[in-house]
Amino acid sequence: MSLEEQQPEAEIEAGKTRGDELAELLGDLVIGREEHLNAPGLVIRPDQVQDALFKLRDEAGFDHLSCVTAEEYEDRYESIYHLTKYDDRTDEVSVVVPTSKDDPVSQSAEPVFRTADWHEREAYDLVGIKYEGHPDLRRILLPETWQGHPLGLDYDQDRPQIATLREHANPLEQDHTGEQGNTMYINIGPHHPATHGVLHVETVVDGEQVVDLEPDIGYLHRCEEQMCQQGTYRHQIMPYPDRWDYISAGLLNEWAYARTAEDLADIEVPEYAQIIRTMSAELCRIASHMIALGTFALDVYGDFTAIFMYAMRDREIVQNILEDLTGQRMMFNYFRLGGVVWDLPEPREEFFEKIRDFLDDLPEALEEYHDMITSNEILQARTVGTGVLPPEVAKSYGATGPVARGSGIDYDLRRDDSYGYYDELDWDVVVEDGCDNFSRLLVRMREVEESAKIIQQCVDLLEDWPEDERNIQANVPRTLKPEEDTEIYRAVEGAKGELGIYIRADGTDKPGRFKIRSPCFSNLQTLPEMSEGEYIPDMIASLGSLDIVLGEVDR
Amino acid sequence: MSSEQKPFVTDDSQVLTETRDARMAGADDRFNSKLREAFGSSPFILTKFDKFMNWVRGSSMFMLQFGIACCSIEMMHTYAIKHDLDRFAAGVPRASPRQADVIIVPGTIVSKFAPRMKRVYDQMPEPKFVVGMGSCTISGGPFQEGYNVIKGAEEVIPVDIHIPGCPPRPEALIYGIAKLQERIANGESSPVTVKPYELEQFGDLPRDEIVDKLAEQIDEDDLVMRYNWADSP
Repeated sequence: MSLEEQQPEAEIEAGKTRGDELAELLGDLVIGREEHLNAPGLVIRPDQVQDALFKLRDEAGFDHLSCVTAEEYEDRYESIYHLTKYDDRTDEVSVVVPTSKDDPVSQSAEPVFRTADWHEREAYDLVGIKYEGHPDLRRILLPETWQGHPLGLDYDQDRPQIATLREHANPLEQDHTGEQGNTMYINIGPHHPATHGVLHVETVVDGEQVVDLEPDIGYLHRCEEQMCQQGTYRHQIMPYPDRWDYISAGLLNEWAYARTAEDLADIEVPEYAQIIRTMSAELCRIASHMIALGTFALDVYGDFTAIFMYAMRDREIVQNILEDLTGQRMMFNYFRLGGVVWDLPEPREEFFEKIRDFLDDLPEALEEYHDMITSNEILQARTVGTGVLPPEVAKSYGATGPVARGSGIDYDLRRDDSYGYYDELDWDVVVEDGCDNFSRLLVRMREVEESAKIIQQCVDLLEDWPEDERNIQANVPRTLKPEEDTEIYRAVEGAKGELGIYIRADGTDKPGRFKIRSPCFSNLQTLPEMSEGEYIPDMIASLGSLDIVLGEVDR
Repeated sequence: MSSEQKPFVTDDSQVLTETRDARMAGADDRFNSKLREAFGSSPFILTKFDKFMNWVRGSSMFMLQFGIACCSIEMMHTYAIKHDLDRFAAGVPRASPRQADVIIVPGTIVSKFAPRMKRVYDQMPEPKFVVGMGSCTISGGPFQEGYNVIKGAEEVIPVDIHIPGCPPRPEALIYGIAKLQERIANGESSPVTVKPYELEQFGDLPRDEIVDKLAEQIDEDDLVMRYNWADSP
């Protein structure tokens, strides 16, 4: 996708770029300019971050802080705020805030975008930039006792991290009653059947009601960014995206990396490969939503026997199809830069038949789900009107994916910043305006139908594709070395929302900085907003409806 | 990276010897029943009773519902229809560790989670068994080089069966569990203490910067835990 296509037509005036316009708007606040591949970059003084962001948000309409990237250079630290709009995803701007090496203090963006809270905590934790005016600047992913900042340049990984065992005898704060005796502090997690993995929720309850709640993450921080920075572009990075959002959304994640790296290295993907990608990614989306559905029912009425098993049944079929295609059930490693690794399995008719069978049975299966879940009075009583997330709040937390669409925000990267083969196909973006747990569930269920529509069309296209034009991979050099200091931030619509990747090339065959913007990380931040004042079981339902996956939250 | 940091390597030759001895000696004290303690060791009927108890244990295993990472999805598939672990008398996931016999460790263990997992393991009643699922529980798997990753579940708790794979297929997990059942039914088992739980005497560490910083808060004979094992065996 070239840069020219990214520019909205109305804003291209003679010789004046979008960057010039925004720089004009900010006036003296801008002290320098950069050019990123996806957006113009405006350099701002570290003590004027809030002024600049307020202006961009209120006057230029940049209401979505997609990601905050922090990195360390030889001579400075840098925080990059990747801004974009919910109404127009292709209109992007990067606000670059350099800080000095010996005193890396920068103004916090939290008053402007509340999502910056966690993003800046992560930047502090891993890179070591301090944010002035941040409400609660402490480590988020690593333990409190950690020494040093692991993504900083001078970090020595072989130096052992030591803490007394006594500190770990009981690492969590004990459950206890509040000072006046009418509230109680409880730990939910990190090992708890309803937290979808290893999430720890520090909860203060008054009777059955949640008074105060704070998600504590980092129990699955597997150093994904470090892993990717150690790998070469061409082959070594691709296996890792599978493991970010491991609920079978592997291909969607791989696409995020593929798209970013392909744009970075200017690789054109053959049309045939794009169709295969689109089809397989949508299969992954179905598999992922099936788990979301099954575990949500499990959370809401502890049903391990019916709906969970039904969802697993349908997932098994999808996994079988994907196994035929990729050779793996979960960690596909199927995409390559410039295409996919191999063509559809032979005999092709059998493979198409298998997908068609699945698609034919799907309406009936969905009917069954609707019978048992959405039209079930118990579930409706538990989910309608609980966990309310108003659209403005969702936007300020950077919520995306089904969480945003369940709050009536019409935002889907597949349409708004189209990639792959999506813009050639006929499908709709699903939006519900209930803003509650029920709407988020409905969005997922209806998205399964839309995905099925997309797969259907892809299968039709693939079936009729001329045999001598089945080009699955573009010509890609054996070693990719993008030019030094090229920076790019690109996102795709993952199963949970906007999955973005920032790469800075440093002239070698490995990325200089690899930052992952995980949709769940931002979505999970809305949990206190949805649950404070509600009952504990409603909090569990809200958590289930967010459909987080901790591998992606913690990375 | 440099050899100066070598002093952190623990001398575990003694542990390894004990491990081997215990393995060769057969059953360990996990299998001791109250009844056996009361009767002493000789009566014939108790040998038969022990065998019966072992068979019962192997044929009725309560698993802990314990999800960590990617492998837990395959674990869910193993419990669910099609693979249905319940056919092998091991399919009732219990939410509380106090009701479980077997803990499947399905995923990467990182510094923040290791002490919590140890705690969950400690809460399980004896006799208890551990299945390490996936490469991460063997060595850290694909994330072995991560600054935050514990290089295998055995650094934290003893593991009876390792199932390699990333993630292992449900069939592989079922095979591993069947193997574990076989071993339990035969009264074999790997020893409870495979490796001391990330412990060592504080006094053995060289007095470097971090140690100096923490030294004031720690007693001379206090124990320390290390998050990352750069020189981990």
